[in-house]
Amino acid sequence: MSFKDKLLSSYIALEDYLEFDSPLHDIRNTAIKIFEEKGFPSKKEEAWKYTSLNSLLKNDYSVYSNKERNVELKNVRKYFLHEIDTYKLVFVDGVYNSFLSETTHDTLDVCLMSSALNKSKYKPIIETYFNKAAKSDSLTALNTAFTKEGAYIHIPAHKEVEKPIEIINFSTGNEASMFLQPRNLIVVGENAHVQIIERHQSLSSNEVLTNSVTEIFAEKRAYVDYYKIQTDEATASLIDNTYISQQRDTVCRVHTFAFGGNLVRNNLNFYQNGEHCDSTLKGITILESKQHVDHNTLVHHIAPNCESHQDYKGLFAESSTGVFNGKIIVEKDAQKTDAFQQNNNILIDDKATINAKPQLEIFADDVKCSHGCTIGQFDEDALFYLRSRGIGLKEAKALLMYAFANTVLESVKIPELKVRINKLIANKIGVSLGFEL
Amino acid sequence: MLKIKDLYAGFEGKDILQGINLEVKAGEVHAIMGPNGSGKSTLASVVAGKDEYEVSRGYITFENEDISELDPEERAHKGIFLSFQYPVEIPGVSVTNFIKTAINETRKAKGEEDMPASEMLKMIKEKADMLEIDRKFLSRSLNEGFSGGEKKRNEIFQMAMLEPKLAILDETDSGLDIDALKIVANGVNKLKSEDNAVVVITHYQRLLDYIVPDFVHVLMNGKIVKSGTKELAYELEEKGYDWIKEELV
Repeated sequence: MSFKDKLLSSYIALEDYLEFDSPLHDIRNTAIKIFEEKGFPSKKEEAWKYTSLNSLLKNDYSVYSNKERNVELKNVRKYFLHEIDTYKLVFVDGVYNSFLSETTHDTLDVCLMSSALNKSKYKPIIETYFNKAAKSDSLTALNTAFTKEGAYIHIPAHKEVEKPIEIINFSTGNEASMFLQPRNLIVVGENAHVQIIERHQSLSSNEVLTNSVTEIFAEKRAYVDYYKIQTDEATASLIDNTYISQQRDTVCRVHTFAFGGNLVRNNLNFYQNGEHCDSTLKGITILESKQHVDHNTLVHHIAPNCESHQDYKGLFAESSTGVFNGKIIVEKDAQKTDAFQQNNNILIDDKATINAKPQLEIFADDVKCSHGCTIGQFDEDALFYLRSRGIGLKEAKALLMYAFANTVLESVKIPELKVRINKLIANKIGVSLGFEL
Repeated sequence: MLKIKDLYAGFEGKDILQGINLEVKAGEVHAIMGPNGSGKSTLASVVAGKDEYEVSRGYITFENEDISELDPEERAHKGIFLSFQYPVEIPGVSVTNFIKTAINETRKAKGEEDMPASEMLKMIKEKADMLEIDRKFLSRSLNEGFSGGEKKRNEIFQMAMLEPKLAILDETDSGLDIDALKIVANGVNKLKSEDNAVVVITHYQRLLDYIVPDFVHVLMNGKIVKSGTKELAYELEEKGYDWIKEELV
């Protein structure tokens, strides 16, 4: 039985436990039909030309975890930004772990998708927002059909959340290979501010494939600062589908740190539905061995007078491969759009590959759009400068790589996170940081 | 200390230096002057070991060892320092981190341990004070967004930290106002001793009022065409280079 067939029959089994005749059930049914029709994407599709899921889909994944597995704090402490100073939503093999989590209902809701779907007090929010920004491509639809657990975050109007929220998905290796589908819904009310950190972390060397969907809604003047930390094990793969719907005067920023995992596909979609939206998409990708990371971004400029800034930097060693596919659509009404896209890559070894493809579809006539893409080696003048100070060629290159990646960190607004990522980069590249004045 | 003998060097098969002969002894200050395009910066880069230049004839020795084939970092480890005319901007690496790496790499090459952090911090403070450099400046990205004067002062700061035997200052005076020029020159003079040497490359005599040379050389078309004492610098300032050209004809 193919994995697709296994999923389709699992859905039939799931239906027995589902709410009947609810709008949500209809959404699930529609979604599973889409998946049934389209199946998993193949390389024949333009958007999947450079990323193949074939080898991953050969695994016999468990769709549900049979046993609950406990995770001890001392073993996973290092994956948290803070023990106390953050809200936490921790899932272990797709199941909520209350011991490691810190939720709240005090003025804001940081809780579970499962309770939001089942309790009537959340009904208006679910009906207004759930699956409203997500596209109906086959992978998103697959997640929608199986929606069960994930983060539910609702920040009411004018609330400035005082500490970051961490969403952490652990997989224990309890099953030989595991398929996970977290589903997150984040609604940020008018003039509310929030910072969120998301990570997926495998705790064993068993295979994991995660197909995650996150919908973020920013109501007018909201501020959303989102960080994706992708430093997973070499046997863990991730398909991340994130949809951000912005109303007028909102600022939404997503930083993606792609340093680990086997195969990672980031489908990051921004929709600017009101005037004066500001969208920032930044990424640092540092890969080695046979790792593969595909950044597939979309910025859809629908309303006028908006800005978008994309800056992705990649360092590719050994036989790793990278893809940057950045699409900007400027609708006819989106006059005075200012869209900027930059993608710089360094290939460290001969066998490393990067496929970069900017796509601009502009239907408005009064816009400022610029994009730049470089695939390069090292700046000779900079190398000579460093070497003339006694720094050997290997270290000089490492220092330049570190510098190259480090520039993206300037816009990280959580100081502890900045320090952590900075150290990760330094370790990855092999430069010692020592002290700063 | 430094001996350059009949040196021909350039790139892409074209020699810019056309037979340079120069000897710099410990304790001396030499000035190399000359019009634009005469090969001054090329000479500095060749001595520091920039890859893109090829030596086609002649040789360079440093403390009686032929260094013509050495990598730039190996020359730095031996004590050669080049203050760049155009220091490279490296966003993402702080001045402190850069200097720390440079010092420890040099120590490692000599088989020494890393400099303890406390000792390095003390030294950074001392040298920064000497050159009137603000501490905030040291945590900024290397040369990024620095003014011309800040870049040059940063070069001399690196020199002060690395304590080279031979410092080549390539147009260190350009971009400096008179106050900054005095600070930089004062720094260089403080570092000067009987055991080290300085080669100052400049267009103008102005810097030589503060860093007083023992010898002045005029470089033209890749050759040293005239050598003298500091009085030669005044003469060049007053009369330009044309009279030397005429003298040569």
